[in-house]
Amino acid sequence: MSTNISRRKFVQGVGVATAAGALGAPSLVLGASKKVVIVGGGTAGATAARYLKLADEGIDVTVIEPNEHYYTCYLSNEVIGGNREIDSIKFGYAGLKSAGVNVVKDMVTGIDAAAKKVTTKGGESFDYDRCIVAPGISFNYDTIEGYDAEVAEKIPHAWKAGTQTTTLRSQLEAMKDGGTVVMAPPPNPFRCPPGPYERASQIADYLKREKPKSKIIILDPKPKFSKMGLFTQGWKDLYGYETDNSMIEWHGEAEEAGVVKVDAGANSVTTAFGEEVKGDVLNVIPAQKAGQIAIDAGLTDDMGWCPIALDTFESTIHKNVHVLGDAAIAKGLPKSGYAANSEAKVCAAAIAALLNGKEPGTPSYVNTCYSVVGKDYGISVAAVYRLAKDGSKIVKVAGGLTPSDASAEQRKREVAYAHSWLHNITADIFGS
Amino acid sequence: MSSFRKGATLIMGLALCISQAAIAEEKKEGPELLTGATTEMLAYTCAGCHGPDGSSKGPATPTIGGLSPEYFIEVMEAYKSGDTKGTIMNRIATGYSTEEFEQMAEYFAGQKFVAATSQKVEGDADKGAKHHEKYCEKCHSEGGTLADDDSGILTGQWSPYLAATLADFTSGDREMPKKMAKKLKTMMDKEGEEGLKDLLAFYAK
Repeated sequence: MSTNISRRKFVQGVGVATAAGALGAPSLVLGASKKVVIVGGGTAGATAARYLKLADEGIDVTVIEPNEHYYTCYLSNEVIGGNREIDSIKFGYAGLKSAGVNVVKDMVTGIDAAAKKVTTKGGESFDYDRCIVAPGISFNYDTIEGYDAEVAEKIPHAWKAGTQTTTLRSQLEAMKDGGTVVMAPPPNPFRCPPGPYERASQIADYLKREKPKSKIIILDPKPKFSKMGLFTQGWKDLYGYETDNSMIEWHGEAEEAGVVKVDAGANSVTTAFGEEVKGDVLNVIPAQKAGQIAIDAGLTDDMGWCPIALDTFESTIHKNVHVLGDAAIAKGLPKSGYAANSEAKVCAAAIAALLNGKEPGTPSYVNTCYSVVGKDYGISVAAVYRLAKDGSKIVKVAGGLTPSDASAEQRKREVAYAHSWLHNITADIFGS
Repeated sequence: MSSFRKGATLIMGLALCISQAAIAEEKKEGPELLTGATTEMLAYTCAGCHGPDGSSKGPATPTIGGLSPEYFIEVMEAYKSGDTKGTIMNRIATGYSTEEFEQMAEYFAGQKFVAATSQKVEGDADKGAKHHEKYCEKCHSEGGTLADDDSGILTGQWSPYLAATLADFTSGDREMPKKMAKKLKTMMDKEGEEGLKDLLAFYAK
C-alpha cells in the first residue's frame, strides 16, 4: 500500500504546482508532509480528491472506499421509473487513479484524530496530515418499528443507489395494474430533499404508461416539502393530482401520516395517527444521520450530524479532520449532490492552502438541483451562496425555483439540462 | 508574494469592496458576507453543470470553456439583467458582480474549446455550410469556430443549446444585434425551418 509520499511524485509536483496555481504562487516548504486521506469515494470524497490534485500535484491523496463502483443517487429515480438504465449512473475510479490519486478498496473502521491515523477493516493503517470524512448517510432504523437493514432488503429504502434501486424497480415491474405503491419519506434533515417527490413522480410516470389503474400513496411526517408548489403543479399537469382519478395522494403532518411501523409480513405500514395502510409495493425511507464511520469517530453532535467550520469544513470536534457532503452540517447548504461537489472544492482549496502554510481563501458555493417530474417536464432549484463574515452561516445571495409559469418548452429544456448535469457533474467528480 | 500578485490583490480588493457594497445593499437585514474568491474558486462552481474546464459532455448544456471574455461577460450580464431569459441562468447570474464575471470570463477564455462530437442531428450539413457562409460568417468567422471574434462559437457547440438559443432570438427571449436580426430574418424567409436544421447540422459536424 503506497501510503508514503512518493518522492518522485512530490518533486514532479513542485514543477507543476505553479502552473496549477489555484491558490496563487504556492509557498513550497520542501520536505513538508502533505498527506490527505479521504474516507469515502462518493460525490464529496471523489471531488475533493480530484481538486486537491488540481490545487497542488504534490499532495499525496488517498481515497479509501469499500465499493468498486459508485452509483449516484441523483437520477436514480429515473431508473426506478424505467426511464434510465442503472449502468448509466455507475462510476468507477479509473479517472481518479489517472489523476494520481491512490484509490484503496477497503473500509475505514477507525479514525484516530490524536494520532492522525485511520485504520481499515483490511487491517491497514494510513497516516495523514489532513483527513476528509465523506461517508454520506446512515439510517435511524430505530425510528420505525419493524424496519431494519435486513427488512430493507425486501422493503427497500433505495436511498443509497445500487441494488436497492433495482429491487424497487423490479417490484414495480412485478406489480399488477391497479396496485398500490406506498411511499414513506423521511423527516428533516435528510439526503436530497426533493428526492422522495421526484421518485413519486417517476413512479407515476411509469404507472401512467404501463399500469394506469394503480396509485401512489405518500405518507409524509412533514407539513410540507422541497419544491412543493412545483411538484404539486406538475402532478396536476401530468397525473391528475387532487382529482378523483389522481395517481398520487399525499398525506402530511396534519394527518399524522408519518410512518412509525412496518409489518413486513402483511406488507403494510402504520402511521403516527394509527392507521394501517397496505401496499403492493412499499418504499420506506427512514430518518437519517451521518454515515456510521463519522459517528464511530466521534465527529457527530447529539442529532447525529457533523458540526464543521463553514470555510474549511474542518470538524469543530476533531482537528485536522474535515467532513463533507450529506454528513456535514453546512448551515445554509442543502444535502444535495451539487452542494457536496461544491463543498469539496472549497475544502480542497482550503486544505491545499493549509498544507502549504497559507490562509484559506474566500469560499464560493453553488447548488443546482433538477427534478424530472415526467416526460419533458423538468423543474429546478439553483442558488449562489456566500459565507457570512463571522463564519456563522452560508447565505444564499441569489437563486430560486423554476417559475410556476414556465412554458412547456422551458420545462422540456430543463429535462435536457438535467441529463447534461448528470454527465457533467460526474465527469467533474470522478474525472474521465 | 510577488509584486504582481500584490497588485492583483489590491485591484481585486478594490473591486470587491464595490461588489460587497452592492451585495450588502441587496441583502439589508442579512449578515456581512465574504467576497474576494479567487478566479478558480469562482469558475470551479460552474463545472457541475458545464463540465470540468467548462467543457460540457452534453447533450444540451453549452460548453463555456474557450469562449471569448467579452462574449462571456455580455451573456452573463444579459442573464443578470433579465434581457436574456434562460432557464436557471437568470437565477444564478444575479449572484455575482461584474468583477466576478470578469474573473470567470478570464478563466474560461484560458480553457480549450472542446468540440462536441457524434451529435445526432437532422438536416443537410452541406446546405448548412452555404447558409452559414451567406448569413453568419461575417461575425461568426472561420465557420463559427473562432472565439476571438467575440461572438459565440457555433461549430462544435451542443446542438440542442444552439437550437434553443436561435428559438429565443426569434421569440425575443434573447436580444440579438440588429445586423443579426436582419440576417436571421432573411434566412428564415428564404430557407425556412429546413434552413435552420441544415445550419444546425453544419455546426454539429
